[in-house]
Amino acid sequence: MHELSIVSSVVESVTEYLAASPDTYKGARVLDVRLRVGALASVVVDSLEFCWGIAIEGTPLEGSRLVVNVLPVVMHCEPCGQDVELEGVQSFRCPRCGEPCHEMRQGRELEIESIEIDEVEEKI
Amino acid sequence: MTTRIVELRRGILKKNDELAAGLRASYAEAGVLVLNLVSSPGTGKTAFLERTLKEVLAHGSRAAALVGDLETDNDARRLASSGAPVQQINTHGICHLDAEMIGKHLDGWEGVTLDQLDYLFIENVGNLVCPSSYDLGEKIRVVLLSVTEGEDKPLKYPTMFNSADAAVITKMDIAGACDFNLELARKNINEIRPGIRIFETSAKTGAGMEEWLGYLSEARAGQVA
Repeated sequence: MHELSIVSSVVESVTEYLAASPDTYKGARVLDVRLRVGALASVVVDSLEFCWGIAIEGTPLEGSRLVVNVLPVVMHCEPCGQDVELEGVQSFRCPRCGEPCHEMRQGRELEIESIEIDEVEEKI
Repeated sequence: MTTRIVELRRGILKKNDELAAGLRASYAEAGVLVLNLVSSPGTGKTAFLERTLKEVLAHGSRAAALVGDLETDNDARRLASSGAPVQQINTHGICHLDAEMIGKHLDGWEGVTLDQLDYLFIENVGNLVCPSSYDLGEKIRVVLLSVTEGEDKPLKYPTMFNSADAAVITKMDIAGACDFNLELARKNINEIRPGIRIFETSAKTGAGMEEWLGYLSEARAGQVA
């Protein structure tokens, strides 16, 4: 439900980043914006992609593509003494030993990883 | 054409997280325990909070509440009957409260300052999805589940249940009429958030409130200490 405000924040953040270095990014076109989204981040990837088209209209990011990399939940298992990846989000038990896991190492990420830009080469 | 990948590595909710960190510091400085109450619409957050406020005040503690809804100030008026200062936040369609809304309402709250309070309760918008992404600087996130909702709610909304620090089962007085399976509900909550404290309550009869109030005063003592 809040995906539009999430993508609007992304657009704002990337636009600010580009505007902060006008010399470097003048005339550059953004092709891709890549996000890292944890499986427990409470956002629906399809909705993010759907909202993207609306959010970028009339901005310097118009025409760009949103690429979402979904990260599985990784918990630390005390008895096993190591980090374990969960297969889903229906049980927070170690898939190896079956004990409950308390400490999350990955799964709530909601961040902009990178952007891919097409640089316009300066004409001499 | 030359393409280049530029690493950005920045949090999308960075602005909210920074504001929440500022709020958290100001709550700690004022010595007020802040709780964020989240649930589906209709779970009974307001009834539970109304009872909590009355009992906290009756024990001689100082408490206030901020209550979020899309529209109307019905909940604020209802909660104000407890005698605690209450302020309504209308989000006008936004499905969650965020740190900016909290900060703004705290700043503009006439007659209420954080250092006069022992407890501040924030009743979030009824929604088990979006509020889980927005840190309000709270010390304790409380997820509520009523006996009418079905025991599998934690499995359906794992993101919220996993981010909670305490769980409250409400409307226990009608559990029998709903064929509510308490053991199964407790098991499901524990599957998603192993080891979480679970309270079985009824705002109507007052069942479970003593244990809940004990938890609040322990948590506050822990914060002040």
